[in-house]
Amino acid sequence: MNVSLVLIIVMAVLFACGVYAMLERSLTRVLIGFLLLGNATNLLLLIVMGEPGVAPFFGAAASVDDMSDPLPQALTLTAIVITFAVSAFLLALIYRSWQLGQADTVTDDEADLEVRERGPEDEDTMDVETEIEHTDDDATTDFVGTDTAPITILGARDFAGLRDDAPVDRPDQDRREKPDQHDGGDDA
Amino acid sequence: MIEIAPALVPLLVTLPLLGAAIALIAGRHRKTQVVVSVTTLTAVLAIAAVLLYVVDVGDQPIAVSVGGWPIPFGIVLYVDRLAALLVVVSSVVLLAVLLFSVGQGAADGDDDTPVSIFHPSYLILGAGIFNAFIAGDLFNLYVGFEILLVASYVLITLGSTESRIRTGVVYIVVSLVSSILFLAAIAMIYGALGTVNMVQISERMGELPQETQLILHLMLLLAFSIKAAVFPLSFWLPDSYPTAPAPVTAVFAGLLTKVGVYAIIRTETELFLDNDVNQLLMWVALATMIVGVLGAVAQAELKRILSFTLVSHIGYMIFGLAIATPAAIGATIYYMIHHIVVQTTLFLAVGLVERRAGSTSILRVKGLMKAAPVIAVLYFIPAINLGGLPPFSGFIGKFALFDAAAQVGTPIMMVLMVGGILTSLLTLYALMRAWNLSFWREDEDSAETEARISYLGAAPAAGVETERRVIPKIMTAATTGMVAITVALTIFAGPLYDVCTRIGEALLQPVSLTQLEDDAQGTEKAP
Repeated sequence: MNVSLVLIIVMAVLFACGVYAMLERSLTRVLIGFLLLGNATNLLLLIVMGEPGVAPFFGAAASVDDMSDPLPQALTLTAIVITFAVSAFLLALIYRSWQLGQADTVTDDEADLEVRERGPEDEDTMDVETEIEHTDDDATTDFVGTDTAPITILGARDFAGLRDDAPVDRPDQDRREKPDQHDGGDDA
Repeated sequence: MIEIAPALVPLLVTLPLLGAAIALIAGRHRKTQVVVSVTTLTAVLAIAAVLLYVVDVGDQPIAVSVGGWPIPFGIVLYVDRLAALLVVVSSVVLLAVLLFSVGQGAADGDDDTPVSIFHPSYLILGAGIFNAFIAGDLFNLYVGFEILLVASYVLITLGSTESRIRTGVVYIVVSLVSSILFLAAIAMIYGALGTVNMVQISERMGELPQETQLILHLMLLLAFSIKAAVFPLSFWLPDSYPTAPAPVTAVFAGLLTKVGVYAIIRTETELFLDNDVNQLLMWVALATMIVGVLGAVAQAELKRILSFTLVSHIGYMIFGLAIATPAAIGATIYYMIHHIVVQTTLFLAVGLVERRAGSTSILRVKGLMKAAPVIAVLYFIPAINLGGLPPFSGFIGKFALFDAAAQVGTPIMMVLMVGGILTSLLTLYALMRAWNLSFWREDEDSAETEARISYLGAAPAAGVETERRVIPKIMTAATTGMVAITVALTIFAGPLYDVCTRIGEALLQPVSLTQLEDDAQGTEKAP
């Protein structure tokens, strides 16, 4: 089976860029990464098709060897449709995430943090018999306090047309918890 | 009955999809939606039961070529005992959880679960699960996965509150990566073998060099292990499952990871029968069991404890697959069915706890034994079942697994058996500690609260009522039904275990395309 080297290089570059973009915390970059990965995989499907030829079922090909393999094309089409649907869903998710927090970053899991910050009294309640030494509690491996670069719309908070007035599930509670994030929008 | 069986196979997927469409159109009429979903799932359950009967009694799998394309080229739906049994179990679980959520939704109104989208997504999830179980080619399996995943994205972010978006994002991104890996693996398998039909792949795989086989094998395993939450690819599960609504978490915990395990079973037995990575699988199984259950021990929140035990018990199934004898595969399948039912039941019981007590933190919830004895029983039975105490199905499944391992008897089997027993004990410890704190611990505050209520008069009593909401009978009934099924798995363990053993024996037989054609011929002779 002969395959095009150019296609393979393009695929490799797409995979590399896709993985790099997906490692970011910003959801928009994750979406871009996913699109690149999806296209790279579609290219891979086309590469395994082998050499291009005459359209099958058309009747112009003299022998079976001159025809393109139709199956990978069918698989690619299906994969494209699925990627399309998932991207649409991701975009909606990013929009909602931005609506709620004015940012599109993936944040740490609150319950994980809760477990780490659990006080000694709670530990005692859970297990009365054991004494737990709290020596290494500060050593963590996650990204708490690490700077990230979320994609936000520049000047969104000063722009009168962009207000966070979309329906929120518990608006009162949200606003009480995060007064700093809503001040800008309300002023504008 | 046997003659019409092949015509019934595609209905397993089309009926839920059709039901989803009707439920979506009837978005404003909740009662219509409920009737449509319940009817659809009941019909699927009936069809699946018929198929299981036909396949088991006739001792011949049913193959249906969709659209009449000749066998290796078109899409093949393939129903053997394993597929039929899993479709039966998953439709029972889907139906019970649906009833639970109907009870919850009717009592709650629309505040946390927008009902109009719940039923269609739920049915599509079902269609995806059934499609994955009956897929006869890898690409159709991929499509089945995508159907259920997209529906699960909607369900896990239901209501799109801040916490659900946050945890949903993790789940969605991880699932996307695994889907892409799966698709890339399919592309490479097609490049190497020129087919995506599972039987044909299995036939041709032997012609490839062992190294190439290993690469393809590991790529597929990697993709499926993310979905099945096998350590070290299980990190996403305890973060994302607990925040979803209780019925959604229950059905995800019971079924979604098991679809991944099912795919791993097919990979290990049908696709790569000669290329074994059993040593790797054994260490992975041990790590999954131990690390998962240690996570459960560290948690103080019931839903998270259960999520970690879920991860941990996936390890037993991988262990069974790694032993790779017919008895072990049979035990794995019995354990899988036990785990689907029990894990779902526990999550439903915790849903009841959450409703009754307003929290699932074992540090905050107290005195449920006195306040809600029914919930206590509904939690206790599946909890000791999951912990593996005799005479329940968890014990039978684990015993069968260890028995199969002991028959092989190599040192690593002994290590794994010790690991399995330790995991079982630690699971019991984690679940019983939750029991001690949430159910048995005296609620010192309640006397004080009552005194305050009587002091303040009638008005605050209403406030206390809203905090601890009334549980609709249908929710309790659905959970009780599931508990009854877990007990039935124990009582009818004999016949069920026989079926599982037959599955185990059949799965380790090499398959051939002519055999598949015969299975389909058997279908075409029918009028």
